[in-house]
Amino acid sequence: MSAQGGPLLAVNGVTLQYKTKEHLVTATYRVSFDVNLSDRFVLLGPSGCGKSTLLKAVGGYITPVEGELQMKGQRITRPGPDRVMVFQEFDQLLPWKTVRQNVMFALQSSGRLKGKEAEDRAMAYIEKVNLTRFANSFPHTLSGGMKQRVAIARGMAMEPDILLMDEPFAALDALTRRKMQDELLQLWDGTRFTVLFVTHSIPEAVRIGNRILLLSPHPGQVKAEVNSDGTDPVDASTGMRLSDRIHKMLFSGQHVGQEVAHV
Amino acid sequence: MSNPPMPRPEFVRDQVAERDFGVVEQPLTAWERIYGNGLVRKLFILIVLAAVWEIYARYLGNPLVLPTFTSTLQTFVERIANGELVARAATSLQVLLQGYAIGLALAFVFTVLAMSTQIGNDLLETLTAMLNPLPAIALLPLALVWFGLGNASIVFVLIHAVMWPVALNTHSGFRSVSNTLRMVGRNYGLRGAGYVTKILVPAAFPSILSGLKVGWAFAWRTLIAAELVFGTTAGSGGIGWFIYENKITLDIPAVFAGLFTVIIIGLLVESLIFRTIEQRTIRKWGMQH
Repeated sequence: MSAQGGPLLAVNGVTLQYKTKEHLVTATYRVSFDVNLSDRFVLLGPSGCGKSTLLKAVGGYITPVEGELQMKGQRITRPGPDRVMVFQEFDQLLPWKTVRQNVMFALQSSGRLKGKEAEDRAMAYIEKVNLTRFANSFPHTLSGGMKQRVAIARGMAMEPDILLMDEPFAALDALTRRKMQDELLQLWDGTRFTVLFVTHSIPEAVRIGNRILLLSPHPGQVKAEVNSDGTDPVDASTGMRLSDRIHKMLFSGQHVGQEVAHV
Repeated sequence: MSNPPMPRPEFVRDQVAERDFGVVEQPLTAWERIYGNGLVRKLFILIVLAAVWEIYARYLGNPLVLPTFTSTLQTFVERIANGELVARAATSLQVLLQGYAIGLALAFVFTVLAMSTQIGNDLLETLTAMLNPLPAIALLPLALVWFGLGNASIVFVLIHAVMWPVALNTHSGFRSVSNTLRMVGRNYGLRGAGYVTKILVPAAFPSILSGLKVGWAFAWRTLIAAELVFGTTAGSGGIGWFIYENKITLDIPAVFAGLFTVIIIGLLVESLIFRTIEQRTIRKWGMQH
């Protein structure tokens, strides 16, 4: 419909709430942002800013109480294979399927491809993440980093309109994490897929994203949206590195909150 | 902080070449291998138990109270050879399998119902809480009134014995499937029956399998007890009836041979069927060690 020219994903004034046993929690309050084609869009904020909840809403698992999420001009109402999620947890792979079967499972269950075609596509993406040697291994025999690479291959093999990544590298050690970030950027160079990436790490956001949305906590509200070229440049006007600027924006409010309120 | 007065020197070392290691990989000794085989260890336990039995029975010297292992084995072999025990076991197994199969099917229906609606969930929880503690054998008199003196009554109590523990295990297995896996399933468009068979069942398989085992054991116990209480159904009678008959005629080695048959079928089913399923599924998948 209005897909031509408009943003790929449009989030308009979205308020999200979820219930725990005792409370009704507002996770985000009237959040708006647009993700364009081939964006590496990062949602960044401290824990409790509702960034994961926001990602789940884009995934179609949560319905907003206010506002609207649109994908290519269509309202998002439920999960679907056009928006594939990659989770933080290592148990997102089906333990009863091998690496190859896990990728094929996604293609077959969603009805994208069948039989030989599914297998060829699966193997092509497994090769992209350098796991061809482990195609017939079961997930429990792989390291955490390898499991995440399989999950990324599974997501990318679907060739979704947007790849939703919920802190996919957060449970990895620092060395592996760094390597995975590089690999993700290399993959992006190859296919220019659109990705919406959630993280609470400022360096990761600066490295991965070309556009970073900063959210303030309790409940999550948009604080700023900045551009990044991955090199953490020094801003000419303020003389600060991008990461320092982000840090200041995210954390200044907490200490001087009272003062700011009556300025 | 200032540096300590005596800074330690830095160093970089070369790695030891692989051929210089004492042992990198070496085959285990024969004894280590034998001990590592679970079947051998279990056979050893069985042999020790049989030896203890034999020694104590000889010491007691009263075959009416406790026949020796060898005389039990002898009777067992005789009764197998003349076909009596085989026929009895076949009768028992036939009834058992009917009850087990229907019980499993009903348990599955109840669990799927419980997974799909809140009221189904409450229904299953209430029913299992009420009926699971009720010994199946206590329902036998009622079953006789309802279904008459036939196999149907025994099958009915077997269903009761199997259904609730299996449903309970399967249900708790389904509920403990991680939220991530559920979301993965829905992400790729799985719903309804596809979601249950492709995500829930395999993910809950450890619990389901233990439910199947518990159900099997309960079914056996209930069947033998029912046959003991209620006797023969349609002429031939099963192992429980065999035990009862031989007790009447004070043929105690045959009583033991009957019990022996139950034990052996139990061991076979456990080691051949359940163990194979376990190894080909949850162990291979790393869901159990």
